[in-house]
Order: sequence, then C-alpha cells, then structure tokens
Amino acid sequence: MTAYLIRRAIMLMVTLLVSSFVVFTGLSIAPGNPLATLAGGRSLPPESIQVLVERYNLDEPFFIRYAMWLGNAVQGDLGLSITLRQDVSDLIASRAGTTIALIIYATVIVLVVGVAFGLLAALRPGLVDSLVVIATAVVVAVPPFVAAIALIGIFAVGLGWFPALGGGSGFWDGIRHLTLPAFALAAAAAATVARVTRTSVRRQLHLEHVQTAVSRGIPYATVVRRHALRNAAIPISTLAGMTVASMIALSAVVERAFGLNGLGAYLVSAALSKDFAVVQGISLVLVTAFVLVNTLVDVGATMLDPRFQLGRRS
Amino acid sequence: MSGILDIDHLTVTLAGEDRPKPVLSDVSMSIAEGEAVGLVGESGSGKSMTVRSIIRLLPPGARMEGNIRVRGVDLGTLRGAALRKMRAEMPVIFQDPRAHINPVRSVGDFLTEALRIHRRMSRAAAEDRAADVLDEVGVSEARRRLRQYPHELSGGLLQRVMIASALLAEPRLLLADEPTTALDVTTQAEVMAVMDELRRERGLAMLFITHDLELAAAICDRTAVMYAGRVMEVRASASLLERPLHPYTAALATARPSIERKVDRLTTIPGRPLSAFEAPDGCAFNTRCAHVRESCREQRPELRTLLDGQVACVRVEELQAVSHD
Repeated sequence: MTAYLIRRAIMLMVTLLVSSFVVFTGLSIAPGNPLATLAGGRSLPPESIQVLVERYNLDEPFFIRYAMWLGNAVQGDLGLSITLRQDVSDLIASRAGTTIALIIYATVIVLVVGVAFGLLAALRPGLVDSLVVIATAVVVAVPPFVAAIALIGIFAVGLGWFPALGGGSGFWDGIRHLTLPAFALAAAAAATVARVTRTSVRRQLHLEHVQTAVSRGIPYATVVRRHALRNAAIPISTLAGMTVASMIALSAVVERAFGLNGLGAYLVSAALSKDFAVVQGISLVLVTAFVLVNTLVDVGATMLDPRFQLGRRS
Repeated sequence: MSGILDIDHLTVTLAGEDRPKPVLSDVSMSIAEGEAVGLVGESGSGKSMTVRSIIRLLPPGARMEGNIRVRGVDLGTLRGAALRKMRAEMPVIFQDPRAHINPVRSVGDFLTEALRIHRRMSRAAAEDRAADVLDEVGVSEARRRLRQYPHELSGGLLQRVMIASALLAEPRLLLADEPTTALDVTTQAEVMAVMDELRRERGLAMLFITHDLELAAAICDRTAVMYAGRVMEVRASASLLERPLHPYTAALATARPSIERKVDRLTTIPGRPLSAFEAPDGCAFNTRCAHVRESCREQRPELRTLLDGQVACVRVEELQAVSHD
C-alpha cells in the first residue's frame, strides 16, 4: 500500500512538471508579443522597454525563464498581472472561492442525481429504464454552454425562480446564485454517471455473489446497497472523478455564461487582454487541481477494491 | 407422508429466444428429515434448476408449475418476509465459492451478514459464532480469516467458508449444488468429509447435487438420477449403484472408471446428453438407449414404485429378467 502511494506521488509530481512546462510553452509560442501588450499600443522609449524586459525576464533564454517561473510558482508567487499590476496569486485567491464552490456544488449534483437515476433505471427495467436511458442520452450530448442558456431561459427568465447573473452575497444567496450554474455544469456529467451506474449495478445484480445474498434471505434493498451498489461503486467513482476533474476546465464557460466572478471567467478575460502572467497562473492552478483530483479519485477508487492489494506483490 | 422437502410434479419453463424452453419436466421427489438425497445427472439435466426452483431463484421470465413444499409449507405461496425467512433456513452451498462470495467484502462480513439481519445479533456476537463454526469446518486461525478477503483464501478454504455460512443459518435442510466440482481432487475429499460429518452430527437433511454417481452413493441415503429435466430412477444409493434398474443409470454405472478393471478405453454412452427442450416424445432417453422399443417412443414412462425405489422405464421387468438368466 505504502509503495503504491509513493509510486502514485512520484507519478503525480512528474505529471505536474510536464503540464507546467506545457502551460508555460504554450503561452510562449502563442501569437502576440507581450511587450506590445504591456505597451498597450503606444511606442515606448527604450528605457521603459528595458524596465519591462527586466521585470518579466524577457531577455533570458526560454528554459531559464521557465525555471524561474516554476521556482516562484512553487513558492506561491505567480508574478504580476500585466493589466492590473497586482500579484497574480492574490487575484487568483480572491476568485478561487467561487469556482471551488461551483465545482463542489456540481459534484454533489453529479453524484446524487447521477447515482439516483442510474440506480432507478437499473432496478426498474421497462418504462422507467427506457425513459432514463433516453433522457440521459439527450443530456449527455448537451454541452454546458447550451445547458446554461436553456436553464437561464427556463428558470431565470421564464419562471424567475433563480437569478440569471452574478454571485450573490452571503451563504444562502450564494447557493441560490450558484444553483443554475452548477446544474449547467453538472448536467452532462450527471447523465454519464447515471448511465454507468445503471450498467454496472445491473451487471452486479446478475453476478453469482448477489444470488448468494438473495438465497440467504437478505432483503433486496440491503442486497442492492451492500452488494450491487457497493461493488459498482468502483467504476462509478472512477468515472465520477474524471467528470469532476473535467468540470474544472468547463467551469470557465459556465462562469462566463452566468457572469460569475470565478477563476474560469477571469482566465477568459485575461486571455482576451493578453495578460499572459494571469493566464499562465490560472492555467497552472487549474491543471494542478485537475491532476490532483484525478489522482485522489484514482487512489480512492483503488482503495474501494480490496483485491487491489494483490498488485503490491506481483 | 410429508417430508422436509416435497417436490410435486415440478415443471419449469424458461423464456427462450423464440419459444419457451422447458428445463424441468414433471419432477417429483421428497426428502425426509435428516435424510441425504443425491441428485445425479449430466450437464443440462436440470439438477441446478431443481435447486434454483426450491429457493425460487429462477431467471426472470421463468414459469413454474407444480409445487414445492418445505415442511408442508407451499413455497409458491410465500412472498416478501416469509419467503426470505424460508430462504434463510435452506442455505445453498454453491459450486464456485470464488464467484458466489462478494469479492470486495470481508469473509467475516459474508459470514455474519445473515446473522445480523435475521437474528439482529451484534457484530461481536455474530463474529464469535462465525469463528466457532469456521473452527468446526476446519478453517485454522478463524479470527484472522474473518478480517481477510475472499481473494486471500484458497478455493478449498473458501468452500469451507461457504459451508460455514450455511451451517450458521442453523438449517434443517442443506442444498448443495456441486459443492466440490470447482476444487482439486484432494481438497474435494477433505471438503466432502467435513460437510458429511457436520451434516450427520447435526442430523440435517440434504439435497446433494453432483455428476459423480459414486460420490452421491457414498454420502447419500438415496440417489435420484436425472436426464433431460426428468427423474429416471430414485433408489437407495447402494442398490442403485450395484443393480441399476433404468438403462440410463446402468449406462452411467458402466461408464465409470474402476481401479479393478484394466481397460484401454472407457465405455461411453453413445450420443450426447440432451436437455429437456430437446427431449424426444416418449422416454427422453430413447435416442440413446440400447434397449429401445417402439413403445418407448410413444408414451412417456411414469415413475413407478419398484423394489426399494422408483424407476421410469417400461421395460425394467423384462430387462431384469434377461440379466438374471
């Protein structure tokens, strides 16, 4: 077990290193000259250019720049925003809360709604099952921005139950404001989880060990919970983890659509204003979160299966 | 007379792809308190389906006619809690413990689950009971086993765990569905010995399913031979093996290898075993029987009481007379 965790930790480090390099390189080779952005279209005197070049280390070789950036990033220093002249770390920290709340909310929806509908379909073959299968097939194909528009149209504009824009203030108002964004973000993922839950629970129900439990007179609800769902939790949690990780990236679109002041929305506006320090910083944070969530879920899913410990010896 | 288990004209039909597929056809048998009855037959003869019908664990779409009574209670009328209670009192020892025990739950959980649910025992009390019974079935270090997972145990140990779980239910009737087929030969003998001993000690009735005629004869009081979803012959085990009446039983008996005889090839029954849905009109064995007559193809022979049991063959008397000359 310890050996496995150490191996996973090393893999995590390597993944993070590679992805940080990709983030840095990607922006370096992107079109547009940072100096031009910094100058804001004006032609600057050579002395000012000199100051900017030094502040952003633009005259250093590429790998040195990467190393310096990474070295600072590891210590929590992501440099200065070009447009706002503020610490990128502070800018990120002030917006991360919204994004984290949105993703946690959406994750809860994915798990509760996804597993509930999947289980319902698995246990009620026939009409209920067909309805769930058809509905999830449709929802899986709906990208978050379309879901956002539909939800705003129905629940904000049409029914007026939820606000269409903004983050709200205070806890309950915040929840109210995050509800539509969270559903927009969670819809496709919840549908995927529902489909996987349906298939894996149904597969388990046909397995011999479930028949043993039934033949021992265990009540069906208990059999479903303690055997079918428990064993199906391994594939379900793996998939749920992947979809939650992917929501980290998709949150940008949803935050934009609902006018939420989160990391994703800020990433989009920073990219539009060519604030490369912010774009790099947010990308690094999002990629790190993605990789971390993925690793955690992977380790968690493995822990759910006691047979995995065999792998330690082989 | 009402035994612990009475199966009366049981016919089971599964939902087939294009048409219903019979798997059991007019099966009748009974087991008395404390009696062990062997159920022998080739693959597809309907042995396992008989067990599944008893615990009402047939695949969806299966239709069941006739009735099964356990201590006089008609199982067909049971629903919900009453059915679960009945099931809990007739544990099945399944063929493949590796598949039949949940791989992600501990051995202790498997053994105590039913106790905690049916008898509302505390975890500690249930584990004490489980450890005692594990000890009885010859599993060493019972306490440690409770914390282990099925993949950490050998097949033989796991089958002992399965037997222990059956005994923990304190049943009057055990249903054993080829309990040793998935094990290697030496383990088979050990597991069989443990099961037989504990059954006799407790005076349990048992329906023992196997394809091994001699094994059935060794541990069962009576043996029933099935072919194509029908019972061909039911008799006291010893005499069934020594003087089989039905041509099918006789053919099975001669097909078995013996250490006394030296032969180059084993005798086989010509043709292949038929399942109930392929069975011809008349006697199901008429396509492979060496003594077949026109009458065997016309009417299905009923089980008739003869000597120390029952047999379903119209020519029994004739054939017996011939063999004694």
